[in-house]
Amino acid sequence: MQNIPCPFCGPRDEVEFRCGGQSHITRPNPSSAPDAEWAAYLYVRENPKGWSFERWHHSFGCRQWFNVVRNTVTHEIRQVYAMTDPKPEGVHS
Amino acid sequence: MRYSALNLFANAFSGHRRWPQAWRDARPKASYDVVIVGGGGHGLATAYYLAKQYGVTNVAILEKGWIGGGNTGRNTTIVRSNYFFPESAAIYDLSLRLYEGLSKELNYNIMLSQRGMMMLAHSRHDEEAFRRTYNAMRLNGIDCEWLTPEQIQQRMPLFNGGPNSRMPVRGGVNQPRAGTVRHDAVAWGYARGASACGVDIVQQCEVLGLKREGNRVVGVETSQGAIKAGKVCLSVAGHTSQIAAMAGLQLPVTSYALQAFVSEPIKPVLDTVVISPFTGTYLSQSDKGELVIGGILDLYPSYAQRGNFHTVEQVTAGMLDMFPAFSRLRLMRQWAGIVDVVKDSSPVMGRTPVNELYINCGWGTGGFKAIPAGGLTMAHTLAHGEEHPLIKPFGLDRFTSGALIDEAAGAGIAH
Repeated sequence: MQNIPCPFCGPRDEVEFRCGGQSHITRPNPSSAPDAEWAAYLYVRENPKGWSFERWHHSFGCRQWFNVVRNTVTHEIRQVYAMTDPKPEGVHS
Repeated sequence: MRYSALNLFANAFSGHRRWPQAWRDARPKASYDVVIVGGGGHGLATAYYLAKQYGVTNVAILEKGWIGGGNTGRNTTIVRSNYFFPESAAIYDLSLRLYEGLSKELNYNIMLSQRGMMMLAHSRHDEEAFRRTYNAMRLNGIDCEWLTPEQIQQRMPLFNGGPNSRMPVRGGVNQPRAGTVRHDAVAWGYARGASACGVDIVQQCEVLGLKREGNRVVGVETSQGAIKAGKVCLSVAGHTSQIAAMAGLQLPVTSYALQAFVSEPIKPVLDTVVISPFTGTYLSQSDKGELVIGGILDLYPSYAQRGNFHTVEQVTAGMLDMFPAFSRLRLMRQWAGIVDVVKDSSPVMGRTPVNELYINCGWGTGGFKAIPAGGLTMAHTLAHGEEHPLIKPFGLDRFTSGALIDEAAGAGIAH
């Protein structure tokens, strides 16, 4: 069971949260992006084995979104930061 | 050695101690025409059909652990073809038909049991969706039947779906040809067949890198040394993203843990496969008597081959809504496999932007049922250098063209 430290509510059980997938994806301009770039934006994911930068939503709590650095093998959470913060450096996936 | 009733009888006299090895555990050679990464069902079946049907025998299967030790040995052994879109129905039904003849084809008993699979509708919306599925299946030429609540109750006397239950059942679609297969036998049977044709099955051989010359893959680096390859085919399910990244490819794949559990063995109580999308649980009873139970993914990316307890709780709660009588059963084992989920819940098969690199992935939570068809169509694709007609719609290019085969919506796959 993962214990996820919500930046607003403190550490809570994972059943209260929903994972929103890979973070820091930049939306290309839909009117000028070629199809391949748009497809990559919609569907292609890094899917790292190890450290992963993810968005999580505290669905059954404060209903806020935030970013999490989580290990996809050990499920360890190393860092939690705001949606608007840049991708942290020094943690490598 | 060909297995028969006669040599089963003969070997009984020596206490079954003189059976020869079923397949050859090989050391890798320096070079192969085709290297298949991943010794699961799909990889083994691909090698078998390559050798048997297409005459390509200079083939190696490289397996990181032991054959059939990944998702092939971790699934709930269900085979079916009750999909929505014609493209899916064609490939999944080919697979089911191949399963029907597989024990004979491989001379290896895969213990196919066509006990039927029921999908239950508990609400008006469920019922409308399943009547649509029923019609789609009929249009796709796949036999199925609509069951009334009475017929469902008759098929499963212990089922709690009457008018006074919490979730009364309104009907269901049954695919009579669906059922279960002994999953390990599929891996071992294909391994034996491939090995007999000269294919090298190399275990404990992890692929560490893909060697490229320009935009062409020419070999693999492994924990047992470098191997040259004319063609490389990836059949590694949950780890497809990692191996593809070695060739500089990013894929529309996310890996999740999918759990399953079995109860202690009990006397025969359930002679069909049943799924209720409403409770989110499906189950069947194995020939050993255990209830084999599955449900939803652990819904975040994971490579840990284990799941979390709340999913066990949710799935078993769903089962108990359907079968309160099972409430005193203990779960004997619980495990998870890493599945490669694609947004439209359809596989990704065929060539890649890297020359001579082929992929067979994206089967997500439903790869086991597709093993024979996945193997046959990938073997065709590798032998001809061009996709088998049945898998043309399942190429990587569909994400750019937008021609998705959205079984996530069509067949109601929940993830």
